[in-house]
Amino acid sequence: MDWTLFWVIGTFATYIGIAVWARAGSTNDFYVAGHGVHPVVNGMATAADWMSAASFLSMAGLIAGMGYGGSVYLMGWTGGYVLLALLLAPFLREFGKFTVPDFVGDRYYSDVARLVAVVCALFVSFTYIAGQMSGVGIAFSRFLGVDFNTGIFAGMAIVFVYAVLGGMKGVTYTQVAQYVVLIFAYTVPAIFISLMLTGNPVPQLGFLSNIKGEDVSMLQKLNQTVTDLGFTGYLSSPKTTLDIFCITAALMFGTAGLPHVIIRFFTVPHASDARLSAGWALVFIALLYTVAPAVGAFARHNIIETVNETTYVPSAEYQTASAAVTEAGGTPSPAWFANWETTGLVAFDDRNGDGQMQIRGPAAPDGLENEVTISNDIYVLANPEIAQLPDWVIGLVVAGGLAAALSTAAGLLMVISSAISHDLCRRTFFKGMTDKTELRVARIAAAGAVIAAGFMGIYSQQMAFVAQVVAFAFGLAAASLFPVILLGIFWKRMNREGAIASMLTGLIPTFAYIWHFKIGAGKEATADEWFLGVSPEGIGFVFMIVALVVGVAVSLVTKPPPQDIQDLVEDIRVPGTRRSHGIADAGMAPVD
Amino acid sequence: MAEESETPNRKGYWPEVIRLTLILLTIWFLVSFGAGILFREFLDQFSLGGAPLGFWFAQNGSIYIFVALIFYYCAAMNRLEKKYRIEG
Repeated sequence: MDWTLFWVIGTFATYIGIAVWARAGSTNDFYVAGHGVHPVVNGMATAADWMSAASFLSMAGLIAGMGYGGSVYLMGWTGGYVLLALLLAPFLREFGKFTVPDFVGDRYYSDVARLVAVVCALFVSFTYIAGQMSGVGIAFSRFLGVDFNTGIFAGMAIVFVYAVLGGMKGVTYTQVAQYVVLIFAYTVPAIFISLMLTGNPVPQLGFLSNIKGEDVSMLQKLNQTVTDLGFTGYLSSPKTTLDIFCITAALMFGTAGLPHVIIRFFTVPHASDARLSAGWALVFIALLYTVAPAVGAFARHNIIETVNETTYVPSAEYQTASAAVTEAGGTPSPAWFANWETTGLVAFDDRNGDGQMQIRGPAAPDGLENEVTISNDIYVLANPEIAQLPDWVIGLVVAGGLAAALSTAAGLLMVISSAISHDLCRRTFFKGMTDKTELRVARIAAAGAVIAAGFMGIYSQQMAFVAQVVAFAFGLAAASLFPVILLGIFWKRMNREGAIASMLTGLIPTFAYIWHFKIGAGKEATADEWFLGVSPEGIGFVFMIVALVVGVAVSLVTKPPPQDIQDLVEDIRVPGTRRSHGIADAGMAPVD
Repeated sequence: MAEESETPNRKGYWPEVIRLTLILLTIWFLVSFGAGILFREFLDQFSLGGAPLGFWFAQNGSIYIFVALIFYYCAAMNRLEKKYRIEG
């Protein structure tokens, strides 16, 4: 535990040092880091911004449990970057303003459109940030022995310093440091595990290799093992092809529509840097995302091999008790299991009273019940111990999880504070505000947002929607924000009426559907009751298509947009030609 | 005068951008939704090392191709911008 403390304090001190160095002097600095971030640096910051506590801690475990079904996360959370690079990022950068509602409000010459976009951005970001803050609380309470709420306060304090002082500038450079911490913490244990299990040090290749010393591939053997224990095979999924298709699509389009990801591309100098930056972001993300399925598969294999059918040894007096089991000719349960039992992330319930640990699936051929429960987070957290790596690596993984949670929280905070100070105050309600006042309001808004996010983290257990981040954040971003941004760039004829109609037809039904099946009356419903058999996670894609159709149809039956707007669209399509256009830029001139 | 020499350039540029974008998005669709989901069972009769091919595309292969697609796009766009003398 001393090593954990060392890493946590060491990394936190680094983040504060960076914050002091990168203070923001103007709104341009505060919202978009003065447009001066190098594309590779921005790519790295985007990767940290993007990879949350869930990507870092839970995703490998999710894939381990779901096998092929986990592919939706892998493709969904990376494929969106292709859409960002090709369809959105360079054009939005060329547009030259600070936020996503800026684009929606100015392109559609309407404060109503701006406000609807603000509502979408705020809801998506608050849902997402509550999960990050509770992740910080869990990491602190489980690994440093402090109270959950105290952990959240510590997280709030650190984000407060660099987000309020430095704005986007401070956030960018701390995210770079956080990326380095998290990728190191993720890949080092993975390399050792891969080496142990397959003899290949590259996890992506180990994933394709045979088990060391055996003539069977790791994946085929794992597939056989889990099938024999009564689980769904590792290479298949109980979900329908249509549902897998829709979930993957909702995650991809949702990724491309998430405001905290989009605004990262406003920080680079030119449109060409924005697309290059999306490429680098995906390189840095892929480093973790191509390792994750290997970590998941290795860990599931290791856990079954080392735990199933062993004699349970509790953590008290582990050394002597396990020696006694070995002496009696049995196999004791591994030490890491006993260690992690105290955190509540793994548990053993001896249903048949034989003292042996049975891991079984729902269709176990020998009819035995499952006795071992394993949290998704354990796959990453316990990896260093399973691989018998030194203590300092274990502490590093905790610091990595905190880095992942804090970097994402900071990116979301920038969206929330700019939505309030810039979109609501400066652009809608107090149009004559000076830059200096706006910067002050932005700092106050960021401070308020930190506090609000902290309390949402503390009360996350009571707020059911927080647990449904995947469905809500991605579904809503895909269905409400993606269509209007896409059409705003690629279809000049798209007008105000079409945009408002499109956002509302995306937002309301998606929200209602997810609420109904995840939280409301339909919570216990089976797949038969889903609309077209599409789960709440995938419904955002269905309503995105509806929103696109509605946006086009409504635009066609109403007046075309003013000439100024059509000229603006021409300009943002061609890098370096952006000029100011009457109606579109009346409220705020584009920033070069 | 500057306007006149600039206008035809801008006209030719955008259709080429759209063409490039559509081609790359087709590949994007084929490697993920195609190879990883719709044609997965067919591809699974082949294997890459110890992994069935469709499964590999879904969990690793599509991601590598996504990265390649973006960098190819950047290079192709830079060429296009040079051709039409656009300075981004």
